[in-house]
Order: sequence, then C-alpha cells, then structure tokens
Amino acid sequence: MALVEAIGVRKSFGHTEVLKGIDMEVERGEVVCLLGPSGAGKSTFLRCVNHLETIDAGRIWVDGVPVGFRAAGGKLYELRERDAAHQRRDVGMVFQRFNLFPHRTALENVMEGPVQVLGRGRAEVRAEALALLERVGLAEKAGAYPAQLSGGQQQRVAIARALAMKPKLMLFDEPTSALDPELVGEVLDVMTSLARDGMTMIVVTHEIGFARSVADRVVFLVDGAVVESGTPTDVLDNPQQPRTQQFLAKVL
Amino acid sequence: MASDTRLNDAGEELTGKDLVVVPLRHPWRWFSGAVIVLVIAGLGWAMSEAQIQWEDVPGFFTHPVMLEGLLNTIVLALAAQGGAIVLGVVVALMRLSANPVARWFAVGYIWLFRGLPVLLQILIWFNLALVFQNISIPGVFSVPTNVVMTAFVAALLGLGLNESAYMAEIVRAGLSSVDEGQTEAAKSIGMTPMTTLRRVVLPQAMRVIIPPTGNNFINMIKGTSMASVIAFLELIHAANNISSRNLEIMETLFAAAAWYLVMVSLASVGQHYLERAYGPR
Repeated sequence: MALVEAIGVRKSFGHTEVLKGIDMEVERGEVVCLLGPSGAGKSTFLRCVNHLETIDAGRIWVDGVPVGFRAAGGKLYELRERDAAHQRRDVGMVFQRFNLFPHRTALENVMEGPVQVLGRGRAEVRAEALALLERVGLAEKAGAYPAQLSGGQQQRVAIARALAMKPKLMLFDEPTSALDPELVGEVLDVMTSLARDGMTMIVVTHEIGFARSVADRVVFLVDGAVVESGTPTDVLDNPQQPRTQQFLAKVL
Repeated sequence: MASDTRLNDAGEELTGKDLVVVPLRHPWRWFSGAVIVLVIAGLGWAMSEAQIQWEDVPGFFTHPVMLEGLLNTIVLALAAQGGAIVLGVVVALMRLSANPVARWFAVGYIWLFRGLPVLLQILIWFNLALVFQNISIPGVFSVPTNVVMTAFVAALLGLGLNESAYMAEIVRAGLSSVDEGQTEAAKSIGMTPMTTLRRVVLPQAMRVIIPPTGNNFINMIKGTSMASVIAFLELIHAANNISSRNLEIMETLFAAAAWYLVMVSLASVGQHYLERAYGPR
C-alpha cells in the first residue's frame, strides 16, 4: 500500500474552491515534486496532508491512517486537535518562511519536539539533535539563535527540527522561495541527500532543476486539479498538455 | 566673475591656515537651565519655610500603624494583580476562542469591568449585603454576605476585576502579535494546543505583555488607596488614622508618599529585569 493515498480531495476557502478533487499516491521512499503556477493549490494540498487545513471532501490516508479523522462503523469522525497532533508526529514539515522558534537556540529548536512531544530524556535527545545539526552542516551553530543565522542556515535547522521526530514522510512547502539566490543551493543539497537516504518526500517547489534531478515523479497542478503527472523526463521534457507546455516555456 | 580669493565682510582676504572654527553658541540653553535651577531652588526654600514638622516624618514613616498599612497595601496590590493576570489570560483565550458564546461573554466582561470606575466597583462590592443577604449555591452552601464581604475582599474584587479586563486586552494583543507560522510549526512537530501555547506562543507574547503589565501594576499599587473609602487599612487610611490623633496631616501624608515612591521604584526595577529575561535574542 502506498504511504500517502489521496482520493478526491476538495477544499474551499469561502466561495473559492482551491482543490477540485485531487487524486495522488506516494510510495514509500518516493520523492514527488508538485509544480504549477501560483494559486494552483499546491501548498494547500500539502497542508491538507498534515491536517493544517481540514479537507471538505475526499480523504487522505498516510500509512493506512485517515489524516484528521478516525474511521469507525463506515464513517469518518473528525479528530479533536490533540488527537490530530498525535498523527502529525509522523509527518515532518518545512515551511517557506522557516518558522523556527526565535526564543530558542538552533539546538533547542531541534530538541523541542522529541522532548516536549515525545517526552524523551534530554541527554539522548541532545546527542541526536547534535548529530542532526551535523548532518545539515550546522554543528558549530548549535548555540546560535535563529536571528543570528542566515536564511539558508535557518531552513537547514528547520529541516533538522522536522527530522528529529523521525518522520515517515517529509513535506516541503516552497522551502527555497524565501531565500537569497546564493543560499538556495545549500538547502537543496540537504534535501537531495535526504532523498538519497530513502526519505519519502512531497516537495512544492519552483526549482525545476531540483525536480529534474531528484524527483521520482512530478505532478503538475493547475487551478486545483492535477493536469499531468509522470517521471521528470516525461513531464518536464515531453509535456503532453498545453497548460504544462505553457508553464514550462515560461520557467525554463 | 568668480574670484579665486575669498574675502570676509570687512574685505580682508581669508586664507586656509589661520582660520579658527567657532562653534555655534547656545545662550538660551544656559538661560533655560538657569530658570529650572532657580525654580527648584525656590521650591526647596519654600518647603524649608513651610509649617511642616520635617523631623516628625521619619517617625511616621516607620510608625507601626503605617507599617501595617504598608503591608496591607502590598498584599492587596499583589493579590489583585495576580488574580487579574490569571483571569485576564482566561478572558483573553475566551475572546480568541472559536466558541461565539465565549467570545461574546469576553467582550461583555471587558465592557463592564473596564467601563465602570474602580471606586464605584469597590463601593458596590462592599455594599453587596444590602441586596443579597446570603451568597449561596442552592443545596451546596450558603454564607451571610456581610461575613464574606470584608473591606479586603471588596477592594480585592473591585481592583482585581477591573484590572483583569485590562489584562485580558493586554494578553490578547500579546497572543495576536505572535506569527501564525509559529503555531503551524509547533503543530507540525506534533504539539498539542496546550503545549503550543505554553512552549511557543506565550513565551513570545510575553515581550508584548510585560511592559503594559508593569505600567498597570504601578497603577494598581497606587489604586489600592481607593480602598481607604471603605476603611480598609492601607497606607492612606493608616496615615489618616495617625494624623487624627496628632493633627499632623501633611507629615503623615508625606510619610505615606515616600512609601508609594519606594514601592513604585521597586516595581520598575522588577519590570526592567522581567523585560530583559524575555527580551529579543
């Protein structure tokens, strides 16, 4: 069974329907990039996978569990916020604007989840957190506060913070869009090595080069619907749909 | 035609090396400074000439009744402010809640307790026995109102409830000042709403909450003086008690004034350290 299964996902904000029935499957270890013009619903879909947004119709299963709901007697019951929080432990998320906790150091940011959410001992968590900072190349910045770090460094700490929960799935919401151009590479490098290590990832991005070299599959969204989906070679080099061709002609 | 040589007003030729720079003079600064010093000196002289027994003031400052009033003032201010902070957080959370009934209750609460003068609220609580002989939950308990509603309790309710309405607005502003992305990041690592509030939102909201709370606490210290109208033995009432025996009204009031300044100064120092503890990194 696929790690992520989305069937007929719909979501409206007010009278605007942002997702118009999205179907998507992500296998274990697969890296899927969501591409498309702004307003296509890429970020909204990603947030639904983490139940940061509640879907209006359809369903999303992560590792056999309906996200944000409890299945019983042929019905889906919406979860209370604290039960939804329990589900989110297994899904890491990286935001466009980093959202590090500004009142805690890089190390404390990474330790926060395992200590406060999982209730694990500080000593072992500290060792793991330092190893994670090492992995994203920031071991020497452990004691720095977010304001003392560059955007690229903050985003790498944010990745380490998400990884500290040992997630089954990582969601990236335009992780390099708020970065100065010369800092994009260091974040993409970390994401690439994560993908090589077999992490299942859904990445909303405008970095076509990253999608081409790292993604197993590219999904192209327009106006809340999947227009085209396939390997990077198929979708990026040989797009079948006119809307995909238009978009790629502009960004490539 | 432009000339290479520059002349001054008197027609003398100016050369670069022997020019002296004269800074702009500020005669009015000297004048206004002198006026201020004179005014202060005059006031000091007037005080020394006034019909005040200065030598009696230190005695009143440490008079046992004055010290009892001081202690009561401190206890009342701390209890009222402490209760107001707890209630204020609750009302602020109701104000921001998704439950419309809670939201409207919070709005009404703030409207009522912020809208009425503190003195009036103290008087209403103190005289509650006139309209409710007993305070009771039917079948659970019942106590006579005039036993429960002592001067201290009435002052505590009057000052504390009024302050809690202000605290609710201060806390709401603090919570709203924290970026929504912080809550989302906390959720994304699996934090429950309570943990998110305690570990992520409140610590950051404190930066916005502390300065106005410090101001309000200083107001609270002085506001306890209103409890003197219901004969609660705080500083002013203590000063009046002492002077009713010896008629040294100004001397006792000055002693009380000195205590207020001491308390307010200490509160300001405390606020400074709190602000530093929660300051930006």
